[in-house]
Amino acid sequence: MDRVAIVGIGQTKIEASKERQNYPEMVYEAVKLALEDAGVGMDEVDNVVTTSNDFWDGRTISCMPVGGVSGAFDKNISGVEGDGTFGAFYATCRTLSGSYGSTLVTAHGKGSESRSIAPMITNAAFDPVLARSLGLDMTTACALQARKYMQRYGITEEECAQVSVKNHGNALDNPNAQSPMKITVEDVMKSEKIAEPLKALDVSPISDGACCLILANEERAKKFRTKPVWLKGVSFCADAFQLGDRDLSECKPLEQAAAKAYRMAGITDPRKEIDVAEICDAFTYQELMWTEGLGFCKKGEGGKLVTSGATAKDGDIPVNPSGGLLSGHVAIAAGMYRMIEAVRQIRGEAGGMQVKEGVKTALAHGVNGLCGQSHCVWILGSE
Amino acid sequence: MGKRAAIIGTGQTYCKSIRRDVNGQELINEAVTRALQDAELTIDDIDGVVIGNMDHFEGINYVDCWSIDGSGGYMKPTMKLCTGGTTGTTLGIGGYHMVASGMFDKLLVIGWEKNSESDTTGAIVTATDPILDRGVMAGALAGLAIEASEYAAAYGATSKDAARVSVRDRKHACNNPYAHLRKEVTIEEVLSSPVISDPLRLLDMCPRTDGACAVIYANEDVAEKLCPQPAWVVGTSNRHCYSRFADIKGQTGMLSLTTAAKELWAKTGVKEPLKEIDVMEMYQPYSWGGLIWFEDMGFCKKGEGPKYIWDGVTDMGGECPVNPSGGVISTNPIGATGLIRCAEIAGQIMGKAGDRQVPDVELALATGFGGCFWSDMILYSKNKPA
Amino acid sequence: MGDYWSDAENMVQPGKIKVPYTWQAGEMASHYFTRLRDEKKILGKHCPKCDKVLAPPRKNCPFCTVPTDEWVELSGQGTVDTFTVVRKGNAIQPMKAPFVYALIRLDGADTGFLHMLGEVDPEAVKEGMRVEAVFAEERIGSPRDIAYFKPIG
Repeated sequence: MDRVAIVGIGQTKIEASKERQNYPEMVYEAVKLALEDAGVGMDEVDNVVTTSNDFWDGRTISCMPVGGVSGAFDKNISGVEGDGTFGAFYATCRTLSGSYGSTLVTAHGKGSESRSIAPMITNAAFDPVLARSLGLDMTTACALQARKYMQRYGITEEECAQVSVKNHGNALDNPNAQSPMKITVEDVMKSEKIAEPLKALDVSPISDGACCLILANEERAKKFRTKPVWLKGVSFCADAFQLGDRDLSECKPLEQAAAKAYRMAGITDPRKEIDVAEICDAFTYQELMWTEGLGFCKKGEGGKLVTSGATAKDGDIPVNPSGGLLSGHVAIAAGMYRMIEAVRQIRGEAGGMQVKEGVKTALAHGVNGLCGQSHCVWILGSE
Repeated sequence: MGKRAAIIGTGQTYCKSIRRDVNGQELINEAVTRALQDAELTIDDIDGVVIGNMDHFEGINYVDCWSIDGSGGYMKPTMKLCTGGTTGTTLGIGGYHMVASGMFDKLLVIGWEKNSESDTTGAIVTATDPILDRGVMAGALAGLAIEASEYAAAYGATSKDAARVSVRDRKHACNNPYAHLRKEVTIEEVLSSPVISDPLRLLDMCPRTDGACAVIYANEDVAEKLCPQPAWVVGTSNRHCYSRFADIKGQTGMLSLTTAAKELWAKTGVKEPLKEIDVMEMYQPYSWGGLIWFEDMGFCKKGEGPKYIWDGVTDMGGECPVNPSGGVISTNPIGATGLIRCAEIAGQIMGKAGDRQVPDVELALATGFGGCFWSDMILYSKNKPA
Repeated sequence: MGDYWSDAENMVQPGKIKVPYTWQAGEMASHYFTRLRDEKKILGKHCPKCDKVLAPPRKNCPFCTVPTDEWVELSGQGTVDTFTVVRKGNAIQPMKAPFVYALIRLDGADTGFLHMLGEVDPEAVKEGMRVEAVFAEERIGSPRDIAYFKPIG
């Protein structure tokens, strides 16, 4: 198979409310930044993929207004609904299918437009006939998962709180993060209880932002001025849908996606071979669960992993040096923001977030659906 | 450098205004079961699932995750594509790229819609920009009515010409057991049906339907081993050149379709579409499209569409039959509609089209249209591309 | 050029989406809800391939994709598998905070049943607690025909 590289990245700052822009304008900003980064114009982009969600945007055909701003006027274009990592996957397929040499892919979310009714948006993920009238949303569903996971392995709320402390602290070095904060475990423990065991500082915000990647196959990558960041492995996988059909303390689809991605990348010891990971920590407990699912530690030892400092910026397996979702969560774009941060690390352009010199291999992760039902794992490399 | 890819199996549900007997997941499962049977595969043989529909029509978020019960996507890669009305052909194009890339060998692609579950106009209106357009926009029809008016004014085509297209499609549908509307209509009936948005009358328009369609794409590593006559993809192209409905500003045709067609013919080497294409399933949600878009794609000169329609060129038995399935005017479960075009073409190439089979099909075209003036085109062939 | 936005007022306009829905339950779920409404009976359905009893029932098994076969009458009693106490409520929830959501393993079923707990002190809820369905006075054929599950001895 031909190789694919990320040759351009662009993102807006993640903010609570971007009153100066509507969502197509945010996408335009990200696209312009990506083209500037890559040092090319739209004539070097062969086709476009957009990633959006009709519920979060409050628009049927939510991809309709972002085609033009993504430069797709006289080009082939398609649309994915789901996290940006999935959009990037489809963009990768289009770059490898023989039809196009380069693909631009965008993702966006403007949570500020629906903040007061966010529970309704995720409540709509529940089956309308069997479960919707019970009134659950993402937060209460994830509270069920958090409780089950923590009970099974004896994970404590303090260990989860440590994730919040680490990530908000990491965000102090991220000029694009929404909420960098210097907090303590006690601050998290004292924050307002939402649905046990989740408290306000265990929960990511709902933010505004847009981001963009430009992909190119190996031959075409030479036309772009950036150091290419290569796709080494990618896979995704979905669990059963109904919460009762799943063991919420397990994340088998993540394990399967990770195993496939590692196999593609030739990785046999992820903890040793991955230099940095950007994963979706929509809730503190999820960072612990996902680090276990990715094989950074044994099952049930996610709590020990974070308290040992291993996942700190200077640890042996840094996780979310950007501050993660806890410091700014753009629904739908979240996974693509993770990919961009991973690219920065490999390029050595992460500024204060840079975990070390010579990052060779980075992992980026995205989720879709309730309680991490569907996961997408990306392995990116410097060569 | 990209693999060649084909459809190796298809499945459709029986379509009705309201499929009361099943919920959405069960509807999806019907199409999936039939596609697997057609390809003689089990769900365990499938490497991934791609699905699409228009969210607001059923009011379900994260449909790729919700549909697992019916799609067979349990512990498989599952993803959703959606581009509005063109979702079905977007899926037909997406399935192709995903297996051609080598990321999957055998991919299940599903399009579905349970239009009966929502107020279609209410759901469609949210496609409009809330600040600039929504206050003055009314559903999907206005744009088409304007296109028809502009075209008629420029070329002198009449409602009777358009009605002949409806008569054709509704007659063809009588050969299709899966179609929603299976009763012929006459020119007089079309011309006396109620006006919805001048000059469009009820019988110029497509219905709302509950239905699902599934196809299985495979790349050349496995396609020929699994299927005696795969429907190979020769090329795809699409355009979406409008951000707002007002962008159609005085055009006598579909700009996105005209430019997509130019690209497709150039990259596939088709010089005379009318001569070279043996059958077409056109995403034609209204009768006038059968005149205007036939011209826009280069099957004849601008303004000459009516002559070809009246001469029977596009009827069964004609030089280039259009919509042997009855087309969108007879069946329209939106998320599935475009994919049904692909499935019907695959059936034509495989020789499995039953009473709607066109003889000696070698090259065949499926097109997609979306209410935001999105145009998709996919060219399929009996022969493996060079 | 200058920043022409600096004088402009950033307008924010309110809006609402109004789309009424009528979801078809389908024959299978209609049977399930009819029995729930008229007989206060919770039914599961059996998968002939993996032998699981699915509650709520499904027309085909989500794990095997094959059609399910026999209906299985369940007692309505079960065990709490996991739960959460909602402390900060919102408008779409049917109960006022503090209240409890739970996944319940019904006796005779192999999947978790999502619902709420009632007649219980939230502080006293534990995994493994035995509970029983309490039906609503007025039932229409919906998940809330069960009002909640209450602890049993």
